[in-house]
Amino acid sequence: MVTTESIIHVRNMVKKFGGFVANDNLNFDVYRGEIFGFLGANGAGKTTAMKILCGLSLPTSGEIKVAGFDVYKETNLIKRNIGYMSQRFSLYEDLSVYENIRFYGGIYGLSRKLIRERADFLLETLNLSDIRNKLIKDLPLGWRQKLAFSVAIFHKPGIVFLDEPTGGVDPITRRQFWEMIYQAAADGITVFVTTHYMDEAEYCNRVSIMVDGKIRALDTPEGLKKQFAAATMNEVFLKLARNNQSV
Amino acid sequence: MNTILFILQKEFLQVFRNKNMLPIIFLLPVVQLIILVNAATFEMKSIRLQINDYDNSGISRQLISKFQGSPFYNITQAAYTSLDPESSLKKGNCDAILELPHDLEKDLRTKGVVKVQLIINAINGTSGGLTYAYTASVIQDFNGILINEQIRPQNPDKSRTIATTHSFWYNPELNYKTFMVPGILVLLITVISLLLSGMNIVREKEIGTIEQINVTPIKKYQFIIGKLLPFLIIALGELAIGLTIGKLLFNIPMVGSLPLVFGVAAIYISCILGLGLLISTMTDTQQQAMFVSFFIMIVIILMSGLFTAVENMPHWAQVMDLFNPIAHFIKVMRMVLLKGSGFNQILTEIYYLTGLSFLTLGLATWRYRKTS
Amino acid sequence: MKRFAGFLYKEIYHIIRDMRTLIVLIGMPVVQLLLFGYVLTNEIKDAKIAILDHSKDEVTSELTQKFLSSGYFKLSRELQSENEINTLFQEGDIKEVIVFEEDFARKFEKDGNAKIQIINDASEPNTANLLVNYTNAIISDYVRQSNRTSTAAPGIIPEVQMAYNANLKGVFMFVPGIIAMLLILISALMTSITITREKELGTMEVLLVSPLRPFQIVLGKVAPYILIAFINVVIILLVSNIVFHVPVRGSVVLLLAESTLYIITALSLGILISTITNSQQVAMMLSLIGLMLPTIMLSGFIYPVENMPLPLQIICQLMPPKWFIIIIKNIMLKGVGFTYVWKETLVLLGMTAFFITLSVKKFKNRLE
Repeated sequence: MVTTESIIHVRNMVKKFGGFVANDNLNFDVYRGEIFGFLGANGAGKTTAMKILCGLSLPTSGEIKVAGFDVYKETNLIKRNIGYMSQRFSLYEDLSVYENIRFYGGIYGLSRKLIRERADFLLETLNLSDIRNKLIKDLPLGWRQKLAFSVAIFHKPGIVFLDEPTGGVDPITRRQFWEMIYQAAADGITVFVTTHYMDEAEYCNRVSIMVDGKIRALDTPEGLKKQFAAATMNEVFLKLARNNQSV
Repeated sequence: MNTILFILQKEFLQVFRNKNMLPIIFLLPVVQLIILVNAATFEMKSIRLQINDYDNSGISRQLISKFQGSPFYNITQAAYTSLDPESSLKKGNCDAILELPHDLEKDLRTKGVVKVQLIINAINGTSGGLTYAYTASVIQDFNGILINEQIRPQNPDKSRTIATTHSFWYNPELNYKTFMVPGILVLLITVISLLLSGMNIVREKEIGTIEQINVTPIKKYQFIIGKLLPFLIIALGELAIGLTIGKLLFNIPMVGSLPLVFGVAAIYISCILGLGLLISTMTDTQQQAMFVSFFIMIVIILMSGLFTAVENMPHWAQVMDLFNPIAHFIKVMRMVLLKGSGFNQILTEIYYLTGLSFLTLGLATWRYRKTS
Repeated sequence: MKRFAGFLYKEIYHIIRDMRTLIVLIGMPVVQLLLFGYVLTNEIKDAKIAILDHSKDEVTSELTQKFLSSGYFKLSRELQSENEINTLFQEGDIKEVIVFEEDFARKFEKDGNAKIQIINDASEPNTANLLVNYTNAIISDYVRQSNRTSTAAPGIIPEVQMAYNANLKGVFMFVPGIIAMLLILISALMTSITITREKELGTMEVLLVSPLRPFQIVLGKVAPYILIAFINVVIILLVSNIVFHVPVRGSVVLLLAESTLYIITALSLGILISTITNSQQVAMMLSLIGLMLPTIMLSGFIYPVENMPLPLQIICQLMPPKWFIIIIKNIMLKGVGFTYVWKETLVLLGMTAFFITLSVKKFKNRLE
């Protein structure tokens, strides 16, 4: 399903906080239908870049289009067409599963009827129908994360942004989570995901690696391993980081 | 519109699901209304007067029994004493001391005029003044009796008098509760509204859900209205409960139009909620938000005219009070409920409240930014 | 001990780094004292009145002149008829209407008996009462002067001495109350929040498993606030003395010692609140709504306790500020020594002991 049609288009993106350059002249494209991994150490500038793409913050300069819309002027149109799941937990703990779905569906402008139908279908496929009226705070972390993802794509956006979605969960749940990501991609949703688990990078169609505000590498995982003569993505990353230190 | 309904639904669910906050929101104000209204009274029940009678004569005893007969006095130690005359004042065992000197009766009969010492604990200036006024008038009465009956009947030939009659409108029994209920009700509603709204957005910031909302296509005004309306409805509900209690328990008059009261209340509460949201957008933690709210609250409450009349404040404070929403709304409540003032008579207050609402809500909407 | 010093240092550092809060903590009391010292007053001046003069002669104009030059009244309207009064009151500015009957001067001079009707907007009962008293006093004064021909009326003349506050200044009443209120709010509020915050963040558990003893933890959290509150007391006393000329007639050392005791009472109350609840929000609400209004209204700060109904007077006895206000008033204004405040001091000590014992119990239960 990966196409060559650019759905996120970034040219010369710069973001400065005072004298500190968080994003230094980024250039990349994300193609419709792909799973795009956005990698980097903590503080490399991943979250900053992602916030700009989501319309949460404005870039200092550069030409950026998301889903065909300009991030300077058309943020509201962008927001209509994207989903977002932050590393901080985003469901209301004091609301039930269904109440959370209804609330987020509602503010995306879905009708009550549509929300009910989709929620029924969703809960059934996730096998969560019997906990539909349970409060989020009574659910284990893995379930919450799956739900948060489902809520983020509930309005069927063109792109979904995932900011370190698997932080703090066990390997089995992470596995299941990635199955959901594949399913979403198969349904035609472009996935933009940041992570610092290098094994997860193997699941992506293409991967970019950021170091100190710059993109140092961008290719398929296979291509990157070949380029850096490494057996795993972890090795690729370590080599990149070491390179940077010697510079 | 639909979007706003979804937010409303969510906020209501959250308020009513919080078992810790529910009693604080609904029960505490009711209890406080009942207690505080009873507490807030300047009415002098009884003045604890100690009379040091060094004369112990017929006249001094007559004067003492005159005081004892008055319901306003609680006479202590009405006998000769050699103690430090002021010690009970220092200990706080009495409010005032009246010293009747030796030869009171004798001097009265020979000279006609006797001076007596009245020492009043005046730390509370108001009570001090009232104590003096009451006591002086009792002695005045007593003098009248003396003149007429005992000393020497005066010839009332050419003394002219002016008879005054007074009528207390709207509150003939000078019931202090009638005056306090509307004010305290406003106070309680204000505290609840400001704290609820002040904590609200900052709480979503702390738990991180605000970011999730910021990436949705929701519009600023939808968000603000969705946040405001639930609290507006809750606060109006509390006003209704409070008024009912005021009527049933304290029998306060409701001369004016109730729809007018609720209409102005809606404007006023919006203003307070706007203030709360503004605080919420300017702070990062609930602790900070609470602190700022608390600071603002103390200032605007104590300046509101609830406890001490605005008219008695210095000019600059009265000017400041033009920007104090509580001052305006307490005035409206008292005017409409107690005196039956109509729409046209409270127009100035309505203008100010509307202006202030636009100001706080406008600032809050402007300060709440979805992008940084 | 060294460990404890390190912990204390961390706590102090936390507070100092948060400049915003620190400024509020130190600045707020001063601002409030200045504001309320000027604003909170029950002294009436320039009350707006209207006069309805059916006679318009020399006596009524003399009397009117007397009213207006007293400083209590300010003429805002002259009325033509009784029908205007209701609307006038409803508009809200005018508090009193004085009505002279027709033919006033003639009735006064010839018949020796004229009538004045005083009508008050009594929706504010206290103001109404005071205004009537003032008006009556001015009228009898006038009558006495115009009767000067006859000899002074015999009788008992009270000579009043306003003890402790000769000029009946409102500040004397409010300064002790403001000190009591601010101290309890800062101390109780800040401790309850700082401890529940630690609980909410989960860092309390880290501290509890550390070799620090629980009481050292609590002491470390509380000690900086004792210092801040103490600085506040000193600043408030200085400001009230310099700006408002409120004296400290008794011993300053005793006053500061009693203040420290009260601060500790308030802090132990804050600790108790924090052991009861786990969330900052509830702690704040409890401290604010549960402490602020009762401290203002049930402590004798504004309304004298003696005037309240009996059940409330009993509740007032449970309020730490009530006792502290008596103590400061006695020391500052009456200038008496410890022998006059030992009972109140004992009550505060007892309350502190009670709060601490209860907190320790709660704390232990939680650990077991």
